[in-house]
Amino acid sequence: MLLLVILALIVFALARVTGNPADLLLREDATQEDRAHLLKALGLDRPTHEQLLVFLGGALRGDLGQSIRYRKPAVEVFFERLPNTLTLVPLALFGAVVMAIPLGMSAAVYRGTLLDRAANAVAVLGIATPSFWLGIVLIYVFSITLGWLPSARMGSPAHYVLPAITLGAFLVAGMTRLVRSSVLEVLDSEFVKLARLKGVSEVTVLWKHCLRNAMIPVVTLFGVFFALLVTGAIVTETVFAWPGVGRLTYEAVIFRDYPLLQAIILLKAVIVLGVNLAVDILYAYLDPRVRYA
Amino acid sequence: MARLEEGLSVGVVAGEALAGIDEASDARGRGALARLPWIPTLIIVALVVAAAGAPLIAPHSPTEQSLPDKLLPPAWQEGGNAKYLLGTDVLGRDVLSRLLYGARVSLTVAAAALLAGGAVGLAVGILSGYVGGRIDSVLMRIVDATLTFPTILIALLLAVSLGQGLRTMVLAIALILWARFARIVRGEVLTVKGRDFVALAQVRGCSHARIMGVHILPNVMNTFMVLLSLHIGFVILVEASLSFLGAGIPPPTPSWGQMVSDGRSHIASAWWLSFPPGVAILLIVLAFNLFGDWLRDWLDPRLRQQV
Repeated sequence: MLLLVILALIVFALARVTGNPADLLLREDATQEDRAHLLKALGLDRPTHEQLLVFLGGALRGDLGQSIRYRKPAVEVFFERLPNTLTLVPLALFGAVVMAIPLGMSAAVYRGTLLDRAANAVAVLGIATPSFWLGIVLIYVFSITLGWLPSARMGSPAHYVLPAITLGAFLVAGMTRLVRSSVLEVLDSEFVKLARLKGVSEVTVLWKHCLRNAMIPVVTLFGVFFALLVTGAIVTETVFAWPGVGRLTYEAVIFRDYPLLQAIILLKAVIVLGVNLAVDILYAYLDPRVRYA
Repeated sequence: MARLEEGLSVGVVAGEALAGIDEASDARGRGALARLPWIPTLIIVALVVAAAGAPLIAPHSPTEQSLPDKLLPPAWQEGGNAKYLLGTDVLGRDVLSRLLYGARVSLTVAAAALLAGGAVGLAVGILSGYVGGRIDSVLMRIVDATLTFPTILIALLLAVSLGQGLRTMVLAIALILWARFARIVRGEVLTVKGRDFVALAQVRGCSHARIMGVHILPNVMNTFMVLLSLHIGFVILVEASLSFLGAGIPPPTPSWGQMVSDGRSHIASAWWLSFPPGVAILLIVLAFNLFGDWLRDWLDPRLRQQV
């Protein structure tokens, strides 16, 4: 909560130094009068502390001001775009998990083999690849050269493929390594040895005893993953002209749309913090040793 | 609650793993660790040479426009011109020359941001670890908050609000970096603090400032150097992303992220605009990450668990 208030102040202060939106909105031949009129309409002619009070007061009532560019409440603009991002992000997360768990697990089980090396290579490469470039390469290969998949905007399910891959790619890299080291650790633990001694089949040991426990650090990180995806979505959505909040962020920055940018950053922070909280609860459920006082 | 915080810090540390660092593969084996990774080192040396010698090596000026020669493909393709090895962009500027000069931007920003963010992180880490108590918990709270929040949003806002340029870029990236350094340096300080020579210095009546500067600082320098090298790749990626989003060093100065972005709208007809800078970023980040892994295993193997 305190974090949010501090954040609100920082965002407000930064937005004030972002240059004046009036200069961007007005045409070149605008008179001083036009300018004054616009500033008044936007409330930018009032002293800064008054602007701050208006901003904070509104924020408490869920009103983060009018978007200058869209001429609608910023919150409304944000929530119009949010569903588009909320379909993309889980898809990327899901794709990354589906790739990373088998890859990481097999790398751990067949430690030191060619497979392990291959998984490691995937991880090392994935971390070093700039995602905006990956997106462009994917567009070049699959949309332009092969003509299999659409390159921009939303529509059919096929539109989701390339953005989801671009967004999820670097998560796969990090997650694979995480799953691998986590499984390695669990494989070495007493209860896995006991299960094997009991004669539990290797499949059960791996998928039941091992995976469930190895997932704990991965689940803990879901909040971090999510925050990374929210950030990553800015670049990915910009590359694919995806009408979500990521592209909205980019546009708000480019068009100096203060109120919109403030709203976006605050709302994203609320979402990220909310997901972190949910993850903590899930964490306690997965690991009964965790008890919150 | 303690458990929650522990979970958070695990999350934070592994979050860094995602950003470009993680334990090295055990597959390589201990014996090979002390060996210098030749290919990454060569790539890094080549980059530094390219950046430093850009005015000598580059066949053209990176900003010189030549409209009759615009959008020429690379020399080996049909219609290519031997004058422009990697082709030209929309304004007829030589892609190879821009690439070489772009290395300067990447390296300058990386060096400055790492020094700034690293120094702040080092100072906060030492202070927090050595002084402990309330100061420590407040500082670490701030570190945690910084690490959980998608800082690039703030960096983006900052990059645009203070006007695009080298200084803003460095400030924005340093803002993301310092917390990562502070957390790990603090951990190191906690172990150093318990050693006998620190107690001796205290008994001898050394001031706290002297103990931190003369006794503790040299002992966390190895860790600090390793952290620096492990983060170079990450910083180059962040710089490129910000440039790509139009919040980097303003044109006409060439930077790789911005070159990829410029080439985006011509990807169907002129692949040579976006591909080379992307490959350059990929290779450099890869090289620095591998080099950093090696340096860590050599200088400070214990850090493997943490970073």
